[in-house]
Amino acid sequence: MTCEDAVKKLREAFPDSIHEETQFRGETTLRIAKSSLRDICLHARDRMGFDYLVDISSVDHFGQEPRYEMVYELYSLRNEFHLRLKTEVSEDDNTAPTVSDIWPTADWHEREVYDLMGIRFIDHPDLRRILMWEGYPYHPLRKDFPLEGKTTDLPGVAFSEPAPLAGGPFVTIPTDGTTQVREPRARHAGEIPSPEKFLAEP
Amino acid sequence: MRKFRLAARKQENRVSRMSTTLSPVAYDGKIEGNVIFTQLDAAINWMRSHSLWPMPMGLACCAIELMAASSSRFDISRFGAEVMRFSPRQADVMIVAGTVTYKMALAVKRIWDQMPEPKWCIAMGACASSGGMYRSYAVLQGIDHLIPVDVYVSGCPPRPEALLDGLMKLQAKIMKEHSVTEQKKELLENL
Repeated sequence: MTCEDAVKKLREAFPDSIHEETQFRGETTLRIAKSSLRDICLHARDRMGFDYLVDISSVDHFGQEPRYEMVYELYSLRNEFHLRLKTEVSEDDNTAPTVSDIWPTADWHEREVYDLMGIRFIDHPDLRRILMWEGYPYHPLRKDFPLEGKTTDLPGVAFSEPAPLAGGPFVTIPTDGTTQVREPRARHAGEIPSPEKFLAEP
Repeated sequence: MRKFRLAARKQENRVSRMSTTLSPVAYDGKIEGNVIFTQLDAAINWMRSHSLWPMPMGLACCAIELMAASSSRFDISRFGAEVMRFSPRQADVMIVAGTVTYKMALAVKRIWDQMPEPKWCIAMGACASSGGMYRSYAVLQGIDHLIPVDVYVSGCPPRPEALLDGLMKLQAKIMKEHSVTEQKKELLENL
């Protein structure tokens, strides 16, 4: 079976749930309805040999509706091809069905998505934070969360404070200048005569 | 007559030799050179600084350099600090080697609190000193926000020689301390 056959069969099996198919550099992406995510995943695993879930990730399209997007990267070890499934999650609903009973590896992937993006997974066996600590109030990978962080305090457990970014030793400034201009160490050192041949960019 | 005097001198010598070995007197040649006069501070600080037992708080890649510093090529035992204690109760100096995340921060603080005084802290590397390149929501911007740091070692990660230099700086610092009054400083401040 090739990837084209698999996609064709999948579209025949779920004509209403698969909205869109995109091809980009040999990678196939299917945009599917969230309500039939579990059915499609079960079908893909059992009938088409997608026995390996490579990764689950989530995207925050801040300012758009639906705001979030889940991405499932499937792989068939038997037939050796990839398939990517994308589904949309609205900000109001903010839930997605779990696939951790279909591929056990999804357990921790979904915990990570829950921790950093705040999407909750229905029927997940153990939906706890995995990187930040229990009681941390924010979801740091959301676009409206600043990179420097926010102040939190959970006495006796953990605390956090914003890390000021501007002027920091490793922060490049947005400019159309060369690397020497953006590079912070050069910035702090003052005027350095930079010979032409070391210029990294035109 | 002369013969008699020689014999008498021999007898004297034998007696004097016997008196040093057999009878207890004020002067004992055996401990000659083993007694020194010094200040209590100097003696205690000398002992402390040359027998620092580290608590290796290895949190990231700096811990690899810490391991290198304690193995044969660099050999931290030349400075009396080879006894890495994984129990804080037996440690003198905490070497914070690596990135301290907020999730880990209070665990580090707790281990520091379990160490008996007198205790010292070396912040090894850029992350432990200032957060390093991790200016983000997850990383504590320097362990000195939580515990007092005696020596900062720069580098990312520092070479073992740099850690050894930091250790020698700490030894020099201990030699200048008042050994008794600074003994329970943190405890007394909290009372």
